[in-house]
Amino acid sequence: MADFEIKDLHAGVEGRQILKGVSLAIDKGEVHAVMGPNGSGKSTLSHTLMGHPGYTVDSGEVLFKGQNILELEPDERARLGMFLAFQYPVVVPGISMANFLRTALNSKRGYDGKDKSKQVTPKEFRSLLKGELEVLHMDDSFLPRYINDGFSGGEKKRAEILQMAVLKPEIAILDETDSGLDIDSIKFVAEAVNRMRGPELGVLIITHYTRILEFIKPDFVHVLVDGKFVLSGGSEVADRLERTGYSEWGKEETAQHAQPQEVS
Amino acid sequence: MATAPKLEVGVDYKEKYGFFFPEDYVFKAKRGLNEEVVKEISHMKGEPEWMTKFRLRSLEIFRKKPMPTWGADLSRIDFENIFYYLKPAQQQSKSWDELPPEIKETYDRPGVPEAERKFLAGVSAQYESEVVYHSLQEKLQKQGVIFLDTDSALRQHPDLFKEYFGTVIPPADNKFSALNSAVWSGGSFIYVPKGVKVDIPLQAYFRINAENMGQFERTLIICDEDSFVHYIEGCTAPIYTTDSLHSAVVEIIVKKNARCRYTTIQNWSTNVYNLVTKRAMAYADATMEWVDGNLGSQITMKYPSVYLMEPGAKGDVLSVAFAGNGQHQDAGGKMIHVAPNTTSTITSKSISKAGGRTSYRGHVKIYPGANNCKSFVKCDALLLDDESRSDTYPYNDVDAENVTLGHEATVSKVSDEQLFYLMSRGIPRAEAETMIVNGFIEPFTKELPLEYAVELNRLIQLEMEGSVG
Repeated sequence: MADFEIKDLHAGVEGRQILKGVSLAIDKGEVHAVMGPNGSGKSTLSHTLMGHPGYTVDSGEVLFKGQNILELEPDERARLGMFLAFQYPVVVPGISMANFLRTALNSKRGYDGKDKSKQVTPKEFRSLLKGELEVLHMDDSFLPRYINDGFSGGEKKRAEILQMAVLKPEIAILDETDSGLDIDSIKFVAEAVNRMRGPELGVLIITHYTRILEFIKPDFVHVLVDGKFVLSGGSEVADRLERTGYSEWGKEETAQHAQPQEVS
Repeated sequence: MATAPKLEVGVDYKEKYGFFFPEDYVFKAKRGLNEEVVKEISHMKGEPEWMTKFRLRSLEIFRKKPMPTWGADLSRIDFENIFYYLKPAQQQSKSWDELPPEIKETYDRPGVPEAERKFLAGVSAQYESEVVYHSLQEKLQKQGVIFLDTDSALRQHPDLFKEYFGTVIPPADNKFSALNSAVWSGGSFIYVPKGVKVDIPLQAYFRINAENMGQFERTLIICDEDSFVHYIEGCTAPIYTTDSLHSAVVEIIVKKNARCRYTTIQNWSTNVYNLVTKRAMAYADATMEWVDGNLGSQITMKYPSVYLMEPGAKGDVLSVAFAGNGQHQDAGGKMIHVAPNTTSTITSKSISKAGGRTSYRGHVKIYPGANNCKSFVKCDALLLDDESRSDTYPYNDVDAENVTLGHEATVSKVSDEQLFYLMSRGIPRAEAETMIVNGFIEPFTKELPLEYAVELNRLIQLEMEGSVG
C-alpha cells in the first residue's frame, strides 16, 4: 500500500458533485502532478484533501498513516503530516507571520501550552527561518508583517512555501502555486521545493499549466477532466499537454502559460 | 463546520482566576445609602468640612436624577443592597512585605504583569475601597510628581486638590457621577509639574473582592504645561452570586502642550455593573489619549471623553470591548470640540460571543466657532456567532465651518476561510479563533506596554476557551 492513498473519492461543493471517483497513490519520495482544465475539479481535490468545511465528501476514502483522514479536522490532518500550499493564501490581519509560523510549528510538535520541552526555542526558530528565507529570496522584514496582508502575488506564494519548509510535511499539496507568479518567483519557489524533495516527502502539484513542471520535474502526471483521471503517465504526459492542451478531451484550453505575469 | 455551542462565560471564573479569599475587613459599613452613611464615610476619613458638604450635596443630586434609560438596562441595580465603603486594613501598608498574605496572594493569582512587580515602588494598588499599598519612587519625588491615593492627596495637598477636584466632572453631570461624588473612596491622584516627563507608566491594580459591595474610586490627574504621564489601571474581579456595582469617576486636566495617556484594562466578573465617567480637558496643543479595554462585567457603560478647550488640542480614544454570554458592553467615546483647529479620533473594536452584546455609542460635538476641526470615528465589530449582537450609535453635532468629519463602521464575522487557513497549518480550532480575535484587536494591543499586551491576549484566550466544540 502506498504512503498516501486516495480511493474512489467522490466529493463536491454546494450540492454539486465535482469529483466522480478519483483514485491516486502517492509514495513518499515521489512528485505527482495533477493537471486539468478549468472546472475539472482541481480545487475540489485540494480543498477536500485538506478538509475545507465548504466541501462535502460523498464517498471514498483517503488513507494516510493508517487513518482515513477524511474523518479528521484540518488541523489534525496537518499535524499528521499534510500540507496545502494555497492557491489564494488568506489574509489574517493583526497576526504577524513570525507569530503564525511559531504557533503552527508548536502545534505541529504537539505543544499545547503545557509541556515546554515541545516548544520551539527562539534560537531554534530563528536559525530555522534564516536558511529558508535565503532560499526563497525573502528577508526578515517579512516576519513582522501580518499574515498575507498587503503581500504581492509572488510574496504570498513564497510565504506558502516558507511555511511548508518550516512545518516539514510528509505529503505536500501545491495548489496552482505557479498562478500569479513571475518567472523569478517560480524559480525561487521551485528551488525551495526541490531542496525539500527526498525520501521523506511526497508532493502533489495541482496545476492548469505545465510551466511549473519545467522547474519541478514530476515523476507522474495525471490528467483530471470532469472529475475523473483520464490519463496517467510519466512526465511525457506533461509534454503532450504542452503541445496539444486539453483539446483531446474536448476542452479548448491550452496547458501552456501565455506569459509571465504578476497578479497580487 | 460544527456550530459553536452556547458558552457560559464566567461560570468557572473561580477556578480560572482563583481569587476568593475570606473577608477580613476592619470596618464594614451597612448596606444602603443615606445621609448617615455618607457622613460616616467622610468622618471615618477625617475629611475637611467642604468635602463632607460636597458629598451630601452630591447625594441629593443623585436622588433627584432619574435612572438613565437611553443605554443598557440598569433596572436591576438595587442601591439599597450595596456596601458603600469598606476598609480592609487599618492603615495603608508602606511596602509590599507588610501586606497581609491573603492580599498578596490575590495579586499573585491572575498574573499581575511583571511590569507591576518591577515597578512596585510606583504602584498604587487598590484592594476593596481603600488603597492598601502605596509608595512613591524616589525618582518621582525628586521630579516633584505627586502620585498618591486620592484620600491621602486630599489630606496632604488640600489646596491643589480643592482647586481641581470636581471641576471636570461635576456631581450633577449624571446620576452615577453624583453617586460617586457622594461615596467616593480611593483612586489615584497624580500631579505632574511643568515640563516633567514621567518615563515609566504609573500603575494601579484594582480588585473588588466583597460580595455586594460597590467600588467608587475617584481619580484626578493634573498634567501641568509641557508634561507627560502615562497612567495604567487594570482590574480583575472574582465572581459572586449577587450584583456588584463599580462606578468610578476619572477627571483629567491636560494643560498647554502636555500629553496624558490613560490606559485601562478592565476584566470585571460577569455580575458587575461597570458605570464609569471619564473625562479630560485638553488645553492648547495638549494631547489626551484614552486607551480603554473592557472585558468582563455584566453591563459596562463607559464613554471616555475629551473636551478640546483650546486650539491645537488633540483627543484620542481607542476602545476595545468583549462581550460574552449575558454581557452588554456599551462603550465608545465623546469628543467635544470647543475650540477651533482641534482634532480627534475615536477607534472602537468590539467582539461579541455566545449571545453577548456590544454597542458603540459615540458623540462628536463641534461648537459654533470651532472651525477647522477634524474628527474621525472608526468602529469595527466582530461577531463570533449568530446569537451575538452589535449596534452602533454615532451622534454627530456640527455647528462650525470647514469641519472634516469621518465615520467608518464595519461588522464582520470570523471567516471560515481564515479559520481553515490557520487550521490547515496544524493550529487547533479554538486556538485559531483566539488568534483571529487577538489579531482583530491588535491595533489596540500594540498601544499597550508589552506586559499588558500579553496579559490582554491571555485574558482573551481565557474568554475564548471552550467556545467551540
